[in-house]
Amino acid sequence: MDFIISTLKIVLPAGTPLLLGTLGEIYSERSGVLNLGVEGMMIMGAVSAFGTTMATGNVWLGIMAACLVGGGMALIHGLLSITFRANQIVSGLALTIFGVGLSALIGRAYVGLPLPAKIRASPLPVLEDIPVIGEVLFKQDALVYLSLFLLTPLFWFVLFKTKWGISLRAVGEKPKTANGAGVNVYLVRYLAVFIGGLMAGMGGAYLSLAYTPAWSEGMTVGSGWIVIALTIFALWKPERAVWGAYLFGGVKVLQYRLQPLGISPNLLNMLPFILTMTVVVLVSAQEKIKRKVGAPAALGIPYVKEER
Amino acid sequence: MRIKPDREMIAPLVAIGLALLSIAIVFWIAGANPLVLYQKIFMGAFGSWFGLSRTLTKAIPLLLCGAGLAVVFKMGFWNIGAEGQLLMGVIGATWVALYLAPGAPFWIMIPLMFGVGFAAGAGLGIIPAVLKVKFRTNEVITSLMLVYIVRELVKYLVYGPWKGPQEWGFPYSSKFPLAAWLPTILRTRIHYPTLLLGLALAVFLYLLMKKTKFGYEIEVLGASPETARYAGIKSGRITVLAMVISGGLAGLAGVGEVAGIHHRLLEPLGISPGYGFTAIIVAWLGTLHPLFIILAAFLFGGLLVGGDAIQVSLGFPIGVIKIFNGVILFFFLARGFLSRYRLTKKDREG
Repeated sequence: MDFIISTLKIVLPAGTPLLLGTLGEIYSERSGVLNLGVEGMMIMGAVSAFGTTMATGNVWLGIMAACLVGGGMALIHGLLSITFRANQIVSGLALTIFGVGLSALIGRAYVGLPLPAKIRASPLPVLEDIPVIGEVLFKQDALVYLSLFLLTPLFWFVLFKTKWGISLRAVGEKPKTANGAGVNVYLVRYLAVFIGGLMAGMGGAYLSLAYTPAWSEGMTVGSGWIVIALTIFALWKPERAVWGAYLFGGVKVLQYRLQPLGISPNLLNMLPFILTMTVVVLVSAQEKIKRKVGAPAALGIPYVKEER
Repeated sequence: MRIKPDREMIAPLVAIGLALLSIAIVFWIAGANPLVLYQKIFMGAFGSWFGLSRTLTKAIPLLLCGAGLAVVFKMGFWNIGAEGQLLMGVIGATWVALYLAPGAPFWIMIPLMFGVGFAAGAGLGIIPAVLKVKFRTNEVITSLMLVYIVRELVKYLVYGPWKGPQEWGFPYSSKFPLAAWLPTILRTRIHYPTLLLGLALAVFLYLLMKKTKFGYEIEVLGASPETARYAGIKSGRITVLAMVISGGLAGLAGVGEVAGIHHRLLEPLGISPGYGFTAIIVAWLGTLHPLFIILAAFLFGGLLVGGDAIQVSLGFPIGVIKIFNGVILFFFLARGFLSRYRLTKKDREG
């Protein structure tokens, strides 16, 4: 029982960077912009958060810096894919490659250094005393709470219950109609892409300030790509992203828990990637049977405003 | 409507020029002298016979992977897993050299390695193709996930069942028998059989794309899947076939690396520092044209060698060279918009 509780307790931190990134990518894709640059934005978030925290000793400034850098990176993708109408797949790939390279350049001074401050667990009074649930849910750190109890409901609410959410979805489904209804398609898309970058940056910050509080080159090892798959798994719904993210967090934890049993660590390392493939195949197969397409209709298609 | 050919040639150069300027600014902000940096990269890659030979050596896998990728990219199939397909070729060649036919003479061994390597790369490559055709599964994710999986597979083999008994504690397989060593030019590492194979295949693919029905169908599929359907083009069969080519060529590149350079299985990053990923850029910068890809492969081979040079002399991490790859791609993408903009403006005037 203790083993199960202690395992579940680390599943949440393992899934948190994925949850943050997925919430953001859902907004970007809902607006019709596929951003494959998540891995690059995440790792730039990780290095900026680390550097800023090193310089200021304040993790919150580190997180803010990561968000801004992630958002800024996303705007490059926005410029190329929204304004320049370039191929979104290649542009996103370029962003990932660029981010991985630039973070290596910036991070060369930080390799092996200890952080002056990191994100620590802050148990919630009273709630932490609930048996089992308190241990698993309420003895976590602030970003776990923020992503699970605040951002996930907020992203759901804005997307489905507000006027801006309707515009966002309209822009990703039928941009022409949205434009006719007076929505500024470009502006909504830029904003959604920016939010995507912000969240990916925050996910990266969580990696370098909380999950493995250190900087090493290429430390995201595919998390950004798992986010892309999770977005599909979540069927572009924030509330489903939670389950996906923690499922993957669980696999990550399982990897370490199974190692002492003598299974090759290399085979265990394959698990998250095999799961990603399986999940994407299952979702697409299910969609094909139901004849219902879950992806936003205008995903990946640049919008050209017609001139009169 | 037609752009003058000379302008078509100049525009990429302008894009590269602007990219190099932006990269210089990035490095300058990061506290490095960009002029010293560029000089080190250029001299490292092209400034000596030794540098040139290394550039040419690194161009070989880029050419093979890039030429294959051009075929699938042309039809709008986004295979970004060439790195994994290359590593499958590596595994295939190692299996032939150490386990299937360790005693075979070179005239059986070498064709057999290339054959098995091609099949292994193609075999991995058709997985995302079949999933796309059957379930419409996003090929970007499946092809990429397979890279991570195959990398772990190589590590598993080299630390586990294929670890050489005489290699002390190192993660190496045993050395290949001499019959499995590709010949090289004099004292360089240019394994010319693979280079010639790459050049021949680039020309072959050029002819295939330009002169055959298959090439025409790929072009139509890429331009408009709708039109292709009305024209009765069997998109499923073509997707799988194109991925056999793309994955197979990446597999051949892997055979070249392991049989021409290392002569044993190593950790995946020791064999390929991401040739399969760099090849995506090579294919794109070569405008998906097999013959231009030869040139692009040479340039990016040089960039990789230059990256080693700045790692040694300026102490930069090896990943830094990816800044070049990313930014050059950005400007190439922007170039597409600018030239299109010029076109539509002209149309309106005319």
